[in-house]
Amino acid sequence: MLPRLSPPQLAFNRQDIIMSILRSLTLLLIALVSVLSLPASAQEDDPGKALLNNLAEVPASRVEEAINAIVSSGDERARGWLEAYGNNRLSRIDDTGQVVIVLNNRGRDWEIANPLTGENMGEMSRRELDRIAINNRIRGQLEGILAMLDLNATDPDVREASAQDMMGKVDASLVEPLEAQLEREENASVRNRIEEALAIYRVGEGNLEAVDVLAGSLHPRARAALNEAVRSDNPALADKAEQALASIEQKLKLNRAAETLYFGLSLGSVLVLAAIGLAITFGVMGVINMAHGELIMLGAYTTWGMQQLLPGQPGLALIFSIPAGFLVAATAGIIIERSVIQFLKGRPLETLLATFGISLILQQLVRTVISPQNRTVVTPEWMSGSLVINDALSLTLNRLYVLAFALIVFAALMMIMRKTRLGLEVRAVTQNRAMARSMGIRATRVDIMTFALGSGVAGLAGVALSQLTNVGPNLGQNYIIDSFMVVVFGGVGNLWGTLIAGLSLGTINQLLEPWAGAVLAKIIVLVFIILFIQKRPKGLFPQKGRAAEG
Amino acid sequence: MWLTRPLRERSTQIFLGVLFAALAIVTFLHVAMPEDSALYVSAYTVTLLGKYLCYALLAVAVDLVWGYLGILSLGHGAFFAIGGYAMGMYLMRQIGDRGTYGDPILPDFMVFLNWQELPWYWLGFDMAWFAFIMVLLAPGLLALVFGFLAFRSRVTGVYLSIITQALTFALMLAFFRNEMGFGGNNGLTDFRDILGFNLRTDATRLGLFIATGIALAIGYVICRGIVTSKLGRVSIACRDAEARARFLGYRVDRVQLFVFVVSAMLAGVAGALYVPQVGIINPSEFSPLFSIEVVVWVALGGRATLYGAVIGAVLVNYAKTVFTGVMPDAWLFALGGLFVLVTVFLPKGIAGLLASRRKGKQDEQDTPTAPSTTEATA
Amino acid sequence: MTIRKHVKLGLSALALSMSLNAAAAEDPIKVGILHSLSGTMAISETVLKDTVEMLIAKQNAEGGVLGRELEAVVVDPASNWPLFAEKARELLAQEKVDVIFGNWTSVSRKSVLPVVEELNGLLFYPVQYEGEESSENVFYTGAAPNQQAIPAVDYLMNNIGVERWVLAGTDYVYPRTTNKILETYLMDQGVAKEDIMINYTPFGHSDWQNIVSDIKRFGSAGKKTAVVSTINGDANVPFYRELGNQGISASDIPVVAFSVGEQELSGIDTGPLVGHLAAWNYFMSVDSDANYDFIDQWIEHTGNEEAVTNDPMEAHYIGFNMYIEAVKKAGTTDVDAVKDAIIGVSVPNLTGGYATMMPNHHITKPVLIGEIQDNGQFSVVWETPSTVAGDAWSDFLPGSRDLIADWRKPMFCGSFNTATGKCGASAGEMAAEEAE
Repeated sequence: MLPRLSPPQLAFNRQDIIMSILRSLTLLLIALVSVLSLPASAQEDDPGKALLNNLAEVPASRVEEAINAIVSSGDERARGWLEAYGNNRLSRIDDTGQVVIVLNNRGRDWEIANPLTGENMGEMSRRELDRIAINNRIRGQLEGILAMLDLNATDPDVREASAQDMMGKVDASLVEPLEAQLEREENASVRNRIEEALAIYRVGEGNLEAVDVLAGSLHPRARAALNEAVRSDNPALADKAEQALASIEQKLKLNRAAETLYFGLSLGSVLVLAAIGLAITFGVMGVINMAHGELIMLGAYTTWGMQQLLPGQPGLALIFSIPAGFLVAATAGIIIERSVIQFLKGRPLETLLATFGISLILQQLVRTVISPQNRTVVTPEWMSGSLVINDALSLTLNRLYVLAFALIVFAALMMIMRKTRLGLEVRAVTQNRAMARSMGIRATRVDIMTFALGSGVAGLAGVALSQLTNVGPNLGQNYIIDSFMVVVFGGVGNLWGTLIAGLSLGTINQLLEPWAGAVLAKIIVLVFIILFIQKRPKGLFPQKGRAAEG
Repeated sequence: MWLTRPLRERSTQIFLGVLFAALAIVTFLHVAMPEDSALYVSAYTVTLLGKYLCYALLAVAVDLVWGYLGILSLGHGAFFAIGGYAMGMYLMRQIGDRGTYGDPILPDFMVFLNWQELPWYWLGFDMAWFAFIMVLLAPGLLALVFGFLAFRSRVTGVYLSIITQALTFALMLAFFRNEMGFGGNNGLTDFRDILGFNLRTDATRLGLFIATGIALAIGYVICRGIVTSKLGRVSIACRDAEARARFLGYRVDRVQLFVFVVSAMLAGVAGALYVPQVGIINPSEFSPLFSIEVVVWVALGGRATLYGAVIGAVLVNYAKTVFTGVMPDAWLFALGGLFVLVTVFLPKGIAGLLASRRKGKQDEQDTPTAPSTTEATA
Repeated sequence: MTIRKHVKLGLSALALSMSLNAAAAEDPIKVGILHSLSGTMAISETVLKDTVEMLIAKQNAEGGVLGRELEAVVVDPASNWPLFAEKARELLAQEKVDVIFGNWTSVSRKSVLPVVEELNGLLFYPVQYEGEESSENVFYTGAAPNQQAIPAVDYLMNNIGVERWVLAGTDYVYPRTTNKILETYLMDQGVAKEDIMINYTPFGHSDWQNIVSDIKRFGSAGKKTAVVSTINGDANVPFYRELGNQGISASDIPVVAFSVGEQELSGIDTGPLVGHLAAWNYFMSVDSDANYDFIDQWIEHTGNEEAVTNDPMEAHYIGFNMYIEAVKKAGTTDVDAVKDAIIGVSVPNLTGGYATMMPNHHITKPVLIGEIQDNGQFSVVWETPSTVAGDAWSDFLPGSRDLIADWRKPMFCGSFNTATGKCGASAGEMAAEEAE
């Protein structure tokens, strides 16, 4: 007996549903008019009421029937109801038994609406409401139903997405309507998807030709279907499936290598972002800023603050956070420089201790002023999900943005150091402070600017990290040691070294990880750096010339 | 003899005098006073003081390398923890079949995770002499290998500090792994006996406290002996001008290696005495934060004075005990503030304050000067 | 001179009157609170300190117990494990508290355990843990593995039809043990070894790309796959984020978590998590009057309309009420009397039922499976038909299969071996010491 993705006793008659949906769609226009003109008094004999009450009352084992009834009623509001149901937003008022849609379910009082008329019913205490239960299994089936609805959408992208959703969810009752759909469909990629979806079902049924359809597919569901076929009792089918799988494996290998490289570069870009500010303050100024991690943290909290200021606009807030994060961290940097670091000129080890103290103070400040809890930073829509290259290779968007952001920040910093007056002065002061001063450069001002720049870049790193990890008081601590490793490995005072070091350490780590596990990979990288420093005490790209002696 | 020379020194005599007087007073107050007396020192306090003394010994070890060799080690917690683990392994083996699962050989956490036999590196730890040798040898060996590689290739200054930090961080991650066979995050606990004495009695606690005091005294005298010997003078030369010392024909790396290893062993002893008193050893002792904190004890007390390290360790930890009891939120502010204020305004620490006051009355003759505030990093 | 004399006189008079007052009213019952208020665990533990303080205030408003007030003694072990032992000693030996509510991590409990046993204290431990322990002096009000992990796996197997399992956890003792137990349990249920994937990550792990990609690959083998997650605290946010971004939805590969509660979700954008699961003995969304009252009180106590409640808070609520009941029953706060009296005590829990203290110092609890919703709450999709009694010693670990705990006389043993008929060495020794 082959295991099936959906247990048979749970499948309800989908053909009926499809038909009814089609019917309902043809009636859409008329229905829309009628719902708008529906008088409130007509609610009593609204058939929807009975349907919803039925859904609320039936035992868990018969929920499918209730859904079935809603869909086959052809009611044009069905989609809204089912969506609300799928999102846990369908509730019942304890006293009256009326079914309502919950619009806002935060806090103790919830905002509700009438599902029949769409009328807002104001707020109601959560105690008075009884949620209509749903679980993953039913939610999965709802998704299938909604996907079937979308197959008729006018936008081919929506059709393709819904066809993709159908993969692995096709059962006997769906074959016929899907085939009909295939006849009508003109878009090639949607056709492809439907064909694959059908083939997955047919392979399960022992169809040999269907194996050929799946042979080139990288979709995990297709592979799952073939894997099952390999285990079947039909030797011809098992054989053929095995060949198909072998060719897929070949393609997968390449994809997997590309994926690992992407993982490595992505981790590397995080390391570069975290370390690059340090490369400036440490490498150029010789200040060991242990509070660097906390400057990153400030950047991340700025993002959170921005999102609080602009509720409902996470994307806009994130974009505003880029300059804001820079300014906040840079200001903090200036304060640190003026209040502590300027008194410790030429005593690098003492700056280490003092800035470590500052890092403790900043952490505790955030705990006391904001909260010891992590804060929620929302990922904007355009940064969630992934960029699909093919079925087996997709690049997660948030990391892709961070990678690009890291490269932009790096390029901008290089420009500043190479092409601007500030950069020139910074390099002059680094190489020979006394000489630079006698040439009329205000070394103190350059110090402040450099430190502000390095700190600001740390703030930028924080803005980016808020999209990848926790925003909390410990954020900085998690990155400080890694950042130092990157800078030291790359060679102090060399921005290119930091870039190469960050990216290569990230890649090494990700290459090792599948083989050694996450912890051991990290330990190996650390030991590697320790040994490397013994071999080349000044890092990958040691600074040459007089500056090296400073 | 280099070891007896410090005993003739005024400062060492005062230090030992104060230390032994404190030991005697605490012992007397604990044993002779009735429990309801205001002067009574409870077993809780005795253990607390014992812990401070362990920290003090660790601080002395750090001061030896930082104050007299110019190496800012941010990884001495690693040696401390390894010494502690060596002791912890001995104590674990002493539990014998009294563990929860009653296995005569395997510690509870191994039975728990289905280990079939003792890993080889646990062998021998049932014997006290072997374990006590390992308390010295394990940290010493690590320091030897690490120092040999680092000093030979002349890794100095900031770079050295950062790779010591990487060392302790890597060890922390390693010890957190349950596959290592050191109990993972839970570490080693539930100790019962040490050398046949029940660890859960007040008498044993007092004994450990006194032993720690004596260890501190010995450690102090050894360090003092080193820094006043010819070797000590060379190491100070290395600290202040490494390149010049090398050009004068001194094998700088050997001096550094020797002092570094001695310091690591002292840290190991401190860890070994710490574990039976607090009753647990776990990888968090390896955390880089702890190692940096130790440096601040030394900085507060006064670098390159040794007794300053002791004062710093005891003061900061006493403050920690008080603060975390009274106003927990303020503790990190206070500690952080301490870091900043000491480095900016009090570069010579409390000992520096004391010394500058004394200077008017008499000239110090045998005490090497504290390091110059600007140090060569190349 | 005269002024100083007056002040002195005044002070001594004040002192005198104070001592008289103290003599008039009976000494308060001292309740020690041993939760980290700083350091890494402060995130989780601070709310538990507040919970106990709230419960004490409420009890005092109702007139205390045995005519005595309750007084909280708060210390901060600062997420430092040796400090936990030190502070426990301070509470018991210096402050002479009658009972301690405290600890979160297993390691902190292990650190405190010898102290509590030596000084004969009482400790209520409110967090789900790995089991394999039963101390005369500790009451475990959180879930043992059989009150969380096993029912959750049963649910996935029977209701969702899961056949392939990823056991992912943070590398410490709780996930290690839970996964060991689950592995044995699953294999007993006929799951093949190659259908189980076990993965451990360090604390605070943030780069999940590789592991999530592995899980995805593991899940494409043609069988319904689920992830059983014992991933701890901070590491969860990047984990779920990576899951969402790599396109793994709850209907493809559901994740059931044992360490993600309302508190943790309050730091996450829950949008992409909807439908993933958690197994606990309490959810804030539970529909019962006791729960609504508790939430109202909590919001009032914290002054924060958004404040959330979670499972360990319920455990303290139960533990605290059990202690009060036991003190009433014993008529004294004497530790040995309370220890005897508390076995069998039943108090209401927040999910509309009752919790009973069992002879093995664990309590009975219902097991609930909840789905994450977009408002940071869980909706209960399944629960055990009745409460489950906590099992100190797992039936699925070879070393502890034959062990049971029973702290009633005459057995009075935390690890009684039913095969040999002997009490485990440690407890036996303790009993012998007591007999002397």
